[in-house]
Amino acid sequence: MAFISRGFKGRRSSAADSSRLPPGQYLTTGFPVLSAGPTPHTPLEKWSFSITGEVDQDRTWTWAEFQALPAEDITADIHCVTKWSKLGTRWTGVPVSALLEGVESAADYVTAFSDGGYTTNLPLEDLVGGKAWVAFQYDGQPLDREHGGPARLLVPHLYLWKSAKWVRGLRLTLDDRPGFWESNGYNMYGDPWREQRYWGD
Amino acid sequence: MRELIPETPHVSTLVFEVPEWPGHLAGQHVDVRLTAEDGYQAQRSYSIASPPEDGAVALTVERLEEGEVSPYLVGEVRQGDQLELRGPIGGYFVWQAGSEPQRPVLLIGGGSGVVPLMAMIRHRHAAGAGTPMRLLYSSRSLEDVIYRAELDRLAGGGLAIVHTLTRSRPPGWTGYARRLDREMLAEVAWPVTLGAAIFICGPTSFVETASAGLVELGYPAASIRTERFGATGGTS
Repeated sequence: MAFISRGFKGRRSSAADSSRLPPGQYLTTGFPVLSAGPTPHTPLEKWSFSITGEVDQDRTWTWAEFQALPAEDITADIHCVTKWSKLGTRWTGVPVSALLEGVESAADYVTAFSDGGYTTNLPLEDLVGGKAWVAFQYDGQPLDREHGGPARLLVPHLYLWKSAKWVRGLRLTLDDRPGFWESNGYNMYGDPWREQRYWGD
Repeated sequence: MRELIPETPHVSTLVFEVPEWPGHLAGQHVDVRLTAEDGYQAQRSYSIASPPEDGAVALTVERLEEGEVSPYLVGEVRQGDQLELRGPIGGYFVWQAGSEPQRPVLLIGGGSGVVPLMAMIRHRHAAGAGTPMRLLYSSRSLEDVIYRAELDRLAGGGLAIVHTLTRSRPPGWTGYARRLDREMLAEVAWPVTLGAAIFICGPTSFVETASAGLVELGYPAASIRTERFGATGGTS
């Protein structure tokens, strides 16, 4: 039940911007940082990216091999479950479909895993078809560590906790297994337009 | 809202009676939703300052002049007003006195980042727990120290409070007088071998400095839980 907050006027965004804002979100021009623990530091020479789990065989790329994959420029609005949204962010990344090319699997779900032990779960279909990337540049520059560098998952149509920072691979699974925040009160799917923030949304 | 308690020139605590409150853990937060007359809504997350043992829910809010919600909460809301709260939220940045009563706890807070840590300190006290606990708390000046009198009163008996004042100090101040750094962490933190649970909350740069410093000093990353807030207000 919503009731009027006496005297609250609020600060509305322009009509053009508000049509791009999911319910309960507000615009920010900064780029807030949120993470559950210390920022991991993995040197590029020790970095690799893997596809593993329910697959015919594991795939692994070194940083150099990963950099040689075809990358795309992406412009996307991003939405954090802590209520801020940022419009028109610019990234460069490798589409997840390119990483899954030739992989044989019966899996319907994916757990993305990261340095530092972070995990998040997504349906496989949300990672293919031009909806998700492994991004390594933000605004034309190498991705800052605090924003998930050297590489993070980018799945802009879901709340940003699904875009795992410091991502090191994807584990394909037959069933939907809750990741880190999903085990701690947050929604299994996380669609900002349906405001799926928490358990029960 | 039952009561408004000014804490510092920029920070106040709002105490709410919440019908059918399911209870919470120390460290959790709530979402506050405001609705304007035309139906426009704004939501923000705020950490709960009160311990689970309290019937009421206390939120301590820093007024950010550029903010949309905090100037309303600290300035406009009056006793008797109703607000829409959702929660409690978050199952990770929490401490329960009963779960590992002997494991030391290190709390590191910057500015209003002390709020969820205060819920833990109050919880320890209310539960009568003897858990060794230290708070390293960075504020701009003495008058910006939130909960100062209560922290003074609760200190002792296994709870140590260490302040650092980054901008100005009162005459005769003998405590730390600089931004948090690795040397300060090394002096205040428990020895690594004690396996303390560590909770850090504050602005991003503060949390980065504290958590990276502890990792460099040898604390396992897995023992460090962080919560950050940017220039957008609120903690979450």
